[in-house]
Amino acid sequence: MVATQEAKQTVQDVTGEYKYGFVTDIETEKAPKGLSEDVIRFISAKKDEPEWLLAWRLKAYQKWLTMEEPTWAMVDYPKIDFQDIYYYSAPKSAEDGPKSLDEVDPELLRTYEKLGISLKEQEVLAGVAVDIVFDSVSVATTFRKKLKEAGIIFCSISEAAHDYPELMKKYLGSVVPVADNYYSALNSAVFTDGTFVYIPKGVRCPMELSTYFRINEANTGQFERTIIIADEGSYVSYLEGCTAPQRDENQLHAAVVELITHDDAEIKYSTVQNWYPGDKDGKGGIYNFVTKRGACRGKNSKISWTQVETGSAITWKYPSCLLIGDGSVGEFYSVAITNNYQQADTGTKMIHIGKNTSSTIISKGISAGKSEATYRGLVRVMAGAENARNFTQCDSLLIGDKCGAHTVPYIEIKNPTAQVEHEATTSKISDEQLFYCQQRGLETEDSVALIVNGFCKDVMKNLPMEFAVEAQKLLGISLEGSVG
Amino acid sequence: MLEIKNLHVTVGGKEILKGLNLTINDGEVHAIMGPNGAGKSTLSYALCGKDGYEVTQGSITYNGKNLMDMDPNERAGEGLFLGFQYPVEIPGVSNMNFLRSALNSQRRYRGEDEIAAVDFLKLIRAKAAELDMDPEMLKRPVNVGFSGGEKKRNEMVQMAVLDPSLAVLDETDSGLDIDALKIVATGINRLRSPDKSILMITHYQRLLDYVVPDYVHILAAGQIVKTGGKELALELEEKGYMGLGITESAA
Ligand SMILES: Nc1ncnc2c1ncn2[C@@H]1O[C@H](COP(=O)(O)OP(=O)(O)O)[C@@H](O)[C@H]1O
Ligand SMILES: [Mg+2]
Repeated sequence: MVATQEAKQTVQDVTGEYKYGFVTDIETEKAPKGLSEDVIRFISAKKDEPEWLLAWRLKAYQKWLTMEEPTWAMVDYPKIDFQDIYYYSAPKSAEDGPKSLDEVDPELLRTYEKLGISLKEQEVLAGVAVDIVFDSVSVATTFRKKLKEAGIIFCSISEAAHDYPELMKKYLGSVVPVADNYYSALNSAVFTDGTFVYIPKGVRCPMELSTYFRINEANTGQFERTIIIADEGSYVSYLEGCTAPQRDENQLHAAVVELITHDDAEIKYSTVQNWYPGDKDGKGGIYNFVTKRGACRGKNSKISWTQVETGSAITWKYPSCLLIGDGSVGEFYSVAITNNYQQADTGTKMIHIGKNTSSTIISKGISAGKSEATYRGLVRVMAGAENARNFTQCDSLLIGDKCGAHTVPYIEIKNPTAQVEHEATTSKISDEQLFYCQQRGLETEDSVALIVNGFCKDVMKNLPMEFAVEAQKLLGISLEGSVG
Repeated sequence: MLEIKNLHVTVGGKEILKGLNLTINDGEVHAIMGPNGAGKSTLSYALCGKDGYEVTQGSITYNGKNLMDMDPNERAGEGLFLGFQYPVEIPGVSNMNFLRSALNSQRRYRGEDEIAAVDFLKLIRAKAAELDMDPEMLKRPVNVGFSGGEKKRNEMVQMAVLDPSLAVLDETDSGLDIDALKIVATGINRLRSPDKSILMITHYQRLLDYVVPDYVHILAAGQIVKTGGKELALELEEKGYMGLGITESAA
C-alpha cells in the first residue's frame, strides 16, 4: 500500500517530530493584547469594514460577556485567560489584502512550501484553488479569475464584506447565530479572516476549492469565519487544512463555518485538521473549539462533512446539518485520532426538520497513549419530519490500555415514522494482527498505520484524492510510538 | 539454512520447548508431527520472533545469522515465512494492498527497489491463478469473512508472492477438504527447489502423500523425540503416539 510506505518515509523525515512545528520569522502587526471594544474596533478598522459589520461585532461582544464557558464536554484543561491572547496578527507585507501569487511575500511562499503546499504547483498542476490564511489574514487566493468566469465567488471573508455586502448581510450568522455558544459569540466579535464562497445557480464548481489555515504568531488566537453558499442546483467540494508551530503554550483556535445549500444543491466539505497536538508529555498544543454547521435549506439538497482530526491538544467540534428542505441529505464521516495526552470530544448533530430527510453518520475514533476520545452525537427528528431516516455507525479502536473511548449518542424522535439505526463497536489492535503484519515483513509502525487505515477506510474513501494520500500519511505519523 | 540448538522457550512463565535440536539444509522438506500441546506452534512462533515467546537457552542460526537478534519483520526480510495455523483478519485492508506493502517492505530491508505497481499486479494475478484463487478475492480485506479453506489458500498465495527461502507451515492442512488440500500441496511443491527449505507442521499423514518430506520428526513434550524418513509418518498413522512409545507428558 502506497500510503504506508509514504508514511514511513515521512516518519523518517521527521524523526518522530511534528513536521509542521517551525516558526516563520516575519514582521507582523498586532492588535494590543487582550479583548475589549477597542480591540474589536481595531480589527474592524484594519479591515476597513462597513459600519454594520462593526456594530454586529460589538453586539456579539456584549453577548459574549454575558456567557459562560461550556463545561459539558469530556475535556479537561486549565482555564483560558482571554486577556492573554492576541486577537489580531498579520504579516506586514499582507497589509493590502490578498494578492496574486507574484506579489506574495517570498518568505510566506517558502513557509507554505515547507508545509508541503507549493502554491505555484497547486495552481499549475493540481488544479486546486487555494485561499491561504496566515494568522489573522488571507494572504493569497489562487485561480480567482478562472472561477470568476464561472460566476463563482471565492475570496477572503474580509473582501466579501466589502465587495458582496448583500450576500454577507444575508448569510453571516444565519446558520450559526451569534449566541449559539460561547465560542461562536467570541468568534463573531473578533473573527479575522476566512473564506467566502458563493456558487451560482446551476454551476458545478470546476475545481476543488481549499483553504489552508496556518497559525504562526505566539499567543495568538485564530478566529476564522467561513461561509459557503451553494445556490440552486450547484455543487462544490471544499477542502480545509490546518497546521501550527510547535510551542509550549497552548493556543486558541475558535472558528465558525456556515454552509447553506438551496434546492438540489450540494456542498462537500472536507477537513484535515493537523494543528500542533502538544508534545508527548501533553505540553502545548492548540485548543480547537470550532462550530461548524450546514443548513440544507432547499429541497433535495445535500451537505456532506468529512473530517480527519489528528491534531490539537483539545478538539471540541460537532459539524452538524439542519435538514430543512424536504428530501435533504446530511452526512458526517469522521476519523478522530488521539495520542499521548490529546483529548477529543467530537461528533455531529443531524436535525431532521423536512419530510423524507435522511442522514448518515460514520465515526471512527482511534485512541492511543493516554488520550481520551469521545463521540458525541445527536439525531433529532422533529414532529413534521415524516419518514426521516438516520444510520449511525460509531467504531472505536484502542491502542494500548491507558487510553479511553466513549460514545455518547443522543436520539430524540418526535415523529413515529422515523427510522433510526445506531451501531457501535469498540475494538483493539490485537497482538495477533500486529504479529501477522510483522511476520509478512512490515515494521511495527507501518503495521499500525496499515491496520488503522483499514479501520478508517469507510471514512477515508470519502475524501477527495488530493487529500486522501495526505490523510493516510497523517494517520501513521499521529500514532507514532503508540505501540512497542 | 536453519540450525536450532538446545532451544528452550518459555511462554507465560511456562517452559514449553525444552532443549529442541533441529537442522534443516537447503532444499530439504521436513515435517514435524506431534500430539496437541506438544509445542509445535510455539516452535514456529519462536522462530519468527513473536512477542511473549522467550528464548531462555539455546540458539537459532539462519544462513549463518543469529535470528534471535532480529525483529519479526527483519526475519521476514531474511526470507522466513510463517503460514499461520489461524490466519488473522485485517478489516478494511485489501489483500492486494497488504501484500504489496509487505513485499515492498521486505525489498527495502534487502536494499532492493520497490516493485512497480504494474509488475506487482502481474505477479499477484499470476500467483492467484496458479493457486486457483478468484481474482476478486485479492480486493477483499485480508481474511475477513474467508472460509477456513480460503484462508489457507490465501496463505499460500502470500507465500508464493513473497517467495521465502524458508517456509514454516503450521497445520496449513488442518480442516481442509481434499480439493483445498491439493491446492495447498501445489503451493508447497511450487516453492520446493534446491535453494529453499520447508518445515511443515501437521497432524496428518495425508498432506505427506502430496508433499513428500525428506525427514519426519516427532515433537513431544518440548523436544524432538524421534526422527525418520517419510515412513515414520506412516508408522505413526498406523500405531499412534502411544504405539511408538510416546506419551504426551514425556520428559
Ligand atoms: N500464551 C500462553 N500462555 C501459557 N501457555 C501457553 C500459551 N500459549 C501456548 N501455551 C501452552 O503451550 C503448550 C504448547 O502449545 P502449542 O505450541 O500451541 O502446541 P501445539 O501447536 O503443538 O498444539 C500448550 O500446553 C499450551 O497450552
Ligand atoms: Mg498448534
